[in-house]
Amino acid sequence: MYNFDIVRPSSVADAVAALGEEDAQALGGGQTLIPTLKQRLASPAKLVSLAGIAEMKGVCTGDDGVLCIGGGTTHGTVAAEATAYPALAALAGNIGDPAVRNRGTIGGSLANNDPSACYPSAALASGATIVTNTREIAADDFFEGMFTTALNEGEIICEVRFPVPEKANYQKFEQPASRFALVGVFVAKYADGVRVAVTGASNDGVFRWTEAEAALSSNFSSSALDGMSVSSDDMIADMHGSAAYRAHLVGVMTKRAVAAAG
Amino acid sequence: MAKVEMTVNGKTVSGEVEGRTLLSDFIRGGLQLTGTHVGCDTSQCGACVVHVNGQAVKSCTMFAAEAEGAEVTTIEGIGGNDGSLSTVQQAFQDYHGLQCGFCTPGMVMSATALLKDNPKPTEAEIREYLEGNICRCTGYHNIVKAIMAASGQDVGAIAAE
Ligand SMILES: Cc1cc2nc3c(=O)[nH]c(=O)nc-3n(C[C@H](O)[C@H](O)[C@H](O)COP(=O)(O)OP(=O)(O)OC[C@H]3O[C@@H](n4cnc5c(N)ncnc54)[C@H](O)[C@@H]3O)c2cc1C
Ligand code: FES
Ligand code: FES
Repeated sequence: MYNFDIVRPSSVADAVAALGEEDAQALGGGQTLIPTLKQRLASPAKLVSLAGIAEMKGVCTGDDGVLCIGGGTTHGTVAAEATAYPALAALAGNIGDPAVRNRGTIGGSLANNDPSACYPSAALASGATIVTNTREIAADDFFEGMFTTALNEGEIICEVRFPVPEKANYQKFEQPASRFALVGVFVAKYADGVRVAVTGASNDGVFRWTEAEAALSSNFSSSALDGMSVSSDDMIADMHGSAAYRAHLVGVMTKRAVAAAG
Repeated sequence: MAKVEMTVNGKTVSGEVEGRTLLSDFIRGGLQLTGTHVGCDTSQCGACVVHVNGQAVKSCTMFAAEAEGAEVTTIEGIGGNDGSLSTVQQAFQDYHGLQCGFCTPGMVMSATALLKDNPKPTEAEIREYLEGNICRCTGYHNIVKAIMAASGQDVGAIAAE
């Protein structure tokens, strides 16, 4: 690792000010950033730790039935406290291992937008709103491809708001060594329709499978997906699975998610 | 360099660290508490697990500066002051839950954290909790048995030998 300074502000305002300096970068739980720094793939002059900012932590349910999660909330806390949205709590409780979950945060995961990460699929399938220090961004506009988001330099995810669906489920086909999703599918059924988001599969990162959404919106049963498949054209191909294998898994995991959502 | 102060195994300690100094490096190099092992340094193996404010974390994936003011427990702080073993440590010995011992500090720290949250885990819960702790030697069965025994449960129920 190249060296850098660490500052630990206690408010969003102070963090934003610190991030305004040249080559400053936010540090969430560090579960992605520290390995990246070790590989010298990033070389910030200053890390601004968000871990001491109380206003960015915690889970609560608003009057409108929307679940709000602070951007600095760890996966472990979401797993334990997001009881109003069981599919989301289950997703958080299955990220990595317990020690990773005790440090890693939802804001860090969404900002990173790893093409195999779990949370992006939940945010996209739930039509979540990503609240930053300057604006609110709809999940549909947030993810802009592998490791790319709508966030501007120095912008912090302060909160994520999830409308709670009638039914939902996340199915993750684990890459057994990393425990990331080889393919993961999040299905969420709302009064006005079903949303299906796929992670781990596409070179463009998380995406919505709109054909499946249309079929499931008129018939919420796994048989509605019979004969349906996604194109393998833009799928990730690596030592863990070919593009065709991943495309096939998308169909399988979507059916499983629908069946498990009940 | 900046000064960092924290409580480690009940004692207040301080030292000068760089921003990039990992908690594992501060514990091992700075405090000379070499029971915390570094197996991979890439967040995979769990040999470096310590408790920070009561929670299991991989000390190779946290900066020392982030532990400012925290209560840290390492494997050296798990047993009694008189050198006696903790229940989990004793069970690892009794059930042969280690061979080379390299993974053991992390295994004991993870197992201790598990039993604090879940005093009577099932075999499946133990195996799932240890997903981030890799052992190159034992094949895990005796580790699982040790944790079952440490939680006061019947180890005979574990099928695999
Ligand atoms: C062994 C292991 C297994 C894992 N398994 C999984 C898995 O199964 N599924 C999965 O989804 N993930 C997995 N992860 C990744 C984990 O979820 C990380 O916690 C997460 O991707 C990053 O969150 P963080 O808080 O640690 O962010 P950091 O590593 O601190 O930061 C990541 C990036 O986000 C930025 N950032 C951090 N917080 C914010 C914020 N609030 N606002 C704006 N930008 C921010 C940082 O500047 C950096 O660019 C795993 C990680 C490890 C080490
Ligand atoms: S040394 Fe920290 S996880 Fe392997
Ligand atoms: S006992 Fe050798 S690595 Fe576990």
